[in-house]
Amino acid sequence: MEWQFFTEVLVGGLLSGVMYSLVAIGFVLIYKTSGVLNFAQGALLLFAALTFVSLTERGLPIWAAILLTLAAMTAIGALIERTVLRPLVNQPPITLFMATLGVSYVIEGAAQLLWGTQVHGLDLGIDDLPLEIGGVLISSFDLFAAAVAGAMVAALTLFFRYTRIGLGFRAVADDQLAALAVGLSLDRIWTAVWTAAGVVALVAGLLWGARLGVQFSLSLVVLKALPVLVLGGFDSISGAIVGGLIVGAVEKLAEVYVGPFVGGGIEGWIAYVAALGFLLIRPSGLFGAKPVERV
Amino acid sequence: MSRPNTRTLSLKALSLKAALLGALLGTAALLPGAARADEQYFPLQSYRVGPYAAGGTGFFGGFIDYLTLVNNRDGGVNGVKLTWDECETQYEVERGVECYKRQKNRPGVAAWNPLSVGIAYAMIDDVGRDKVPLITVNHGRTDSTDGRVFKYVFPLLLNPYSESSGIVNYIGTREGGLEKLKGKKIVVLYHGSPYGKETIPIYQLLAEKYGFSVEQVEVPHPGNEQQSQWLSIRRTKPDYVVLRGWGVMNPVALKTAQKVGFPADRIIGNVWSNSEEDVIPAGDAAKGYTAITTQASGADYPVLQEIAKTVYGAGKGNLDDKKRIGSVYHNLGIVNGILNVEAVRIAQDKFGKRTLTGDEVRWGFEHLRLDPARVEALGAKGLFHSINVSVANHEGEGRVTFQQWDGAKWKVVSDWIAPDWALLRPIIEKSSLTYAAEHGLQVRDPAAEDASN
Repeated sequence: MEWQFFTEVLVGGLLSGVMYSLVAIGFVLIYKTSGVLNFAQGALLLFAALTFVSLTERGLPIWAAILLTLAAMTAIGALIERTVLRPLVNQPPITLFMATLGVSYVIEGAAQLLWGTQVHGLDLGIDDLPLEIGGVLISSFDLFAAAVAGAMVAALTLFFRYTRIGLGFRAVADDQLAALAVGLSLDRIWTAVWTAAGVVALVAGLLWGARLGVQFSLSLVVLKALPVLVLGGFDSISGAIVGGLIVGAVEKLAEVYVGPFVGGGIEGWIAYVAALGFLLIRPSGLFGAKPVERV
Repeated sequence: MSRPNTRTLSLKALSLKAALLGALLGTAALLPGAARADEQYFPLQSYRVGPYAAGGTGFFGGFIDYLTLVNNRDGGVNGVKLTWDECETQYEVERGVECYKRQKNRPGVAAWNPLSVGIAYAMIDDVGRDKVPLITVNHGRTDSTDGRVFKYVFPLLLNPYSESSGIVNYIGTREGGLEKLKGKKIVVLYHGSPYGKETIPIYQLLAEKYGFSVEQVEVPHPGNEQQSQWLSIRRTKPDYVVLRGWGVMNPVALKTAQKVGFPADRIIGNVWSNSEEDVIPAGDAAKGYTAITTQASGADYPVLQEIAKTVYGAGKGNLDDKKRIGSVYHNLGIVNGILNVEAVRIAQDKFGKRTLTGDEVRWGFEHLRLDPARVEALGAKGLFHSINVSVANHEGEGRVTFQQWDGAKWKVVSDWIAPDWALLRPIIEKSSLTYAAEHGLQVRDPAAEDASN
């Protein structure tokens, strides 16, 4: 049945899109509060997954491995903020971007130096057998990943709305000078936000690691997040989710229904075409804040 | 960053760290390597960091382990000590070329073994000028099989066209004969790169010859998303899927196949989809998956046992993790070591037991004939079948076998299979002669060269 097939492609695309959103959220957290496009998010994701799996392979229980990995991600986040970004404060955005690009190479190299170059399997105990729902096959693992992403977005939303540090994040995001004026510590907030991005990297790293295996190419998943950010806006968590869904669906539908007419293999770049087209109409993305400047 | 082979075990560990740190800092410096008399030097453009480090450490580890065995056991080849150093490429072409420019200055270069299609392509003109053989075991450009045109390039054991033919022959044996392929449906899932696309016309040719239908589906690099391709495959309902993957594309293919309910035992992997690194990340989804190989895995072969006992036993093994002894890439490195060493030995028989020039080693490769009896004498019976290189045929009629992953290890499930070389040779010659015309190369006459030897 053609409609069943169409639905499978669409649902599969939407669920893949959620996986892209998981990575994109890490970018959003940093960008929202410091205006830095953190290209090292993919490397952080690799480091988190590699650390976790290496610890479990050395016999640590899962809870201990998660705690130790969290501690490592917190330390790395704080270290990057302290040694790279703080000295570069007030530098142009391109300088900060290039700094994170350098950081990503350092983290990738350090991950291999510390944990070796071997490829690891990561079993989270969730079967990836297809579920049949209304005649449509859906991946149970992707459903689980979508639930995790949903829970993470809910947790982040609550955190931003109802915690003191979360409100501090929002204040800094809105106006750094005003936040400073009312006594908020930018350094503390940026350290906290890099830590939060590390936590998001761990969650995304575990899910992507279970999907791809824990290996160097995990750091390449950032390339999937970039069109999501363009579509959804660099500073909106909801935008990252919606952008991910759109990118996932566009990629899969285009590959299946347009690909055969142009030789196939188009899903690698079709999302960027969609994102570029969208940029022309709405430069700040679907949910991104429109810049307002007094002249 | 390069390393001399005169290090001790403790230095080895330090060297690895140094190589990694060097890569991090983007620096590379060749350690001085003053060649002494009676040394034959193997420059290794290895990759121990970066995305393909898992394969690089296995292959170059196996190669070095075999060279170490020959030095320790035999004192080298007829008294000529084998030396090597490593230059880290991270599998990047520009780094590989940089290593070439630097390492070639050391005297006594025997052969180049980059294990990288991109680096090999970039070196083809240079090795012709410098007259040193370039070995691309199991890979490289297919038309370099024609040694009449590509004098210094050797895609030993298997070129991509032979690989495709070997896979189809194997599927034929599973179906009860090649004639049973008529009416079958095969999908080739290939990596979206020149490497992946190279065999498109060959599968088309084989489909026409044997009467099966073929659909070739591209997966964009790096291949970490394949949902749409596999949903399309499920709709096509093929009898087999040939996986022509690379890196992360392989485990993702196996996992996504499971996700859409396609059985793993109907997926046949190519030579770059056949390692432990390709199946372990896929977990249970890889059980039953079968892949082609020119060298069986496992550590039960006499040469492997000797390496484990004398090289690793003496603390001189190259792999950090002994569990990787006998893995697919490690065994490929060992077989590559055997082929290189035997080429040097054969060349020494003609030119003298001394340090040879690259061109003399090239002659050795062109006369590299190891029949099953010689392979057995080398302790490699069952590890690989045989090789029969000539001036005209730089591939050397390598046989292939197939291994099935049982969830923990590879298990050989076929005899040694010969690809359909007669079918492929005219296509190879057409391409090589075009290359010769474009580059103004004189086509060698094998009969005349054999007569002069």
